[in-house]
Amino acid sequence: MRHTVSVLVENKSGVLARISTLFAARGFNIDSLSVSETESSGVSKMTIVVKGECSILEQVTKQLNKLVDVIKVNDFDNIECVERGLALVKINMTKSSRDEIIKLIGIFKAKIVDMSQDSIITEITGDEDKINAFIKMVIPYGIKETCRTGFAALSRSGHINKNR
Amino acid sequence: MEKKTGAQIIIESLLVERVEVAFGLPGGQALPIFDAIYGSKLNFILTRHEQAASHMADGYARSTGKPGVCIVTSGPGATNIVTGLGTAYMDSVPMVAITGQVATTVIGQDAFQEADTIGITRPVTKHNFLVKDVNDLAKTIKKAFYIATTGRPGPVLVDVPIDVQRSSCEFVYPQKIEMRSYKLNYEGHSVQIKKAAEIINNSERPVFYIGAGVIVSNAEKEIVEISEKANIPVVNTLLAVGAYPVDSELNLGMLGMHGTAYANKAVQIADVIIAVGARFDDRCTGKVCDFAINAKIIHIDIDPTAISKILGADIPVVGDAKTVLKKMSVLVNKKERKDWVEKVYKWKLEYPLSYNKEDNKIHPQYVIEKVSELTKGEAIITTEVGQHQMWAAQYYKAKRSRCFLSSGGLGTMGFGYPAGIGAKFGNPDKEVIVIAGDGSFQMNMQEMAIAVLNDVNVKVIILNNQYFGNVRQWQEMFYNKRYSNSCLSKRKECPKWCSSPSRNKCPSAYVPDFVKWADSYGVLGIRVTSKKDIEPALIKMLETKGSVVLDILVEIEENVFPMVPAGAALDDMIVRLNG
Repeated sequence: MRHTVSVLVENKSGVLARISTLFAARGFNIDSLSVSETESSGVSKMTIVVKGECSILEQVTKQLNKLVDVIKVNDFDNIECVERGLALVKINMTKSSRDEIIKLIGIFKAKIVDMSQDSIITEITGDEDKINAFIKMVIPYGIKETCRTGFAALSRSGHINKNR
Repeated sequence: MEKKTGAQIIIESLLVERVEVAFGLPGGQALPIFDAIYGSKLNFILTRHEQAASHMADGYARSTGKPGVCIVTSGPGATNIVTGLGTAYMDSVPMVAITGQVATTVIGQDAFQEADTIGITRPVTKHNFLVKDVNDLAKTIKKAFYIATTGRPGPVLVDVPIDVQRSSCEFVYPQKIEMRSYKLNYEGHSVQIKKAAEIINNSERPVFYIGAGVIVSNAEKEIVEISEKANIPVVNTLLAVGAYPVDSELNLGMLGMHGTAYANKAVQIADVIIAVGARFDDRCTGKVCDFAINAKIIHIDIDPTAISKILGADIPVVGDAKTVLKKMSVLVNKKERKDWVEKVYKWKLEYPLSYNKEDNKIHPQYVIEKVSELTKGEAIITTEVGQHQMWAAQYYKAKRSRCFLSSGGLGTMGFGYPAGIGAKFGNPDKEVIVIAGDGSFQMNMQEMAIAVLNDVNVKVIILNNQYFGNVRQWQEMFYNKRYSNSCLSKRKECPKWCSSPSRNKCPSAYVPDFVKWADSYGVLGIRVTSKKDIEPALIKMLETKGSVVLDILVEIEENVFPMVPAGAALDDMIVRLNG
């Protein structure tokens, strides 16, 4: 199962190593990760997406909470949240495919950030499904290269608990 | 205000923390620290190996409840204490380790004696710090002591580069420390406590399963109070030997792999297990899915990650054992539970710990029984790891907490002797006896120099079977007696593979000769080769003022029983081989 965990941490060197060690020690592969400073000084937020068993993940979140540099852990399995990631996709382009590709970009509300005779770079933001769907659609044209960010996630206002 | 160097700040801070003794070994990148020790009031004990320094700090901490301190240099100094940190971490022992480090300007350049100490020790410490600015040093040491000693205790390491040791600033040691990311819950949730008490009140066959957490939080009295009021039998982990009155009818001794038959039976048939400061270690539970299958599990622990880690708890209570039990005590009803208590008492009579007492061979169990008798269970016992450790846990009747010190979680051979020396520094008035195996003892016996030079009177009893006994026992039972590399007296002229050792047949001169070896340190060594000599030798040992080494040649192929094979349920206990 896919899990999104949001961790507030002290903004210090070595914290990421402590956290990734916890996941690694239990055989979790981190699928995506984003780290950024927050509005509070000295506090960073890590959003970690992993796949694995719920019971083991519960252990990992407890262990995260126990780390001295971790301030708070939110497991978005139980809380409604919004998630956004960004992908840059460099797509092969010919004269004949240009219109179709630009149309697709329009449908997905993606942006064109660079264009040349034989390729186009688009920027798309959205949740994992949307980005995956877009990439699937442009595969036939030939993808030269992609680069995706980790996901950023925030709980919806009012913290609607999914279990209730 | 007068400025002090980083090195001076470290020593001053230790003195403010009332550190009575620190253990360690100097080296290049720690020279400023050792220079600051020169002429200071810090009682520093120079060991012969850094690993031993960490175990001494550990033994000091376990026996006193105060944090143990060790100071070593960078690189090999730091890597040598990794085993000691891991040992303390697994058994929740408060320790502060200070390591020298290469200068901040050369970190990462593979400088001489550089190691990524923070990276290496991260998984074996509760927390660790690299101090890059001398202005942070005092605060960091304060934090280190605070983290090491609060909540679930553990080792904390402070890595100090040599340029930080040399630079100076004003020394202000903070009185209090606030950390927004380190919050502890000592109180326990009152609703959970109430629920737990209700379950206990409605139970027929409850069992207390107590671990080291009971000792850490000084909750021994509360356990006695509740167990006596509500007639709840008590089983203990290896680390909680001595925490419950040994003479009480309700005391069922140790559970688990080499636990008593009655402890394991009681646990398996219980309808409620009240786990306090214990973590359902695999050596305690046996096959987890068959552990106490009909029991509701109440789990009291200060560490939320210990709860439901191995076995799902029905009633988790996060909090300090003493605080929680005090609150619970009021809510638990007086109850006779006559059937239950009679049943376990019957088991105690029916399935006692046993060994052959009739013959004239030297059974190691007999030695421990005699030690227990002669010291009245008042001595501090430390053990190495192996068969002798299990016999000591089974047969030594420890009178109180903190007088049975053993490496449980990590199972570190080489722990017992330095830990015993550390314990003696913390308890100069108590008798300290190390129960060792001939294998384990060789892992840190170089520390006899420390005992001799500092006039530390520690007794060592080597239960010498010429083998890594525990390995041999497993090889006998589960590997068809293929004694591969477990014999410590195997020589060139021995058959290549051997499965039938005997004192008559095997080469008689063995290495080392522990008596001569002790003699080379000016320590009295006595070899015991017959049963009748055991008691006089023990008496002689106890009467001697200085260190003594007893080399007792015990039965080679004696096994530890009862035994639950690894991966089997506690019910599937082997009481003895061949019936």
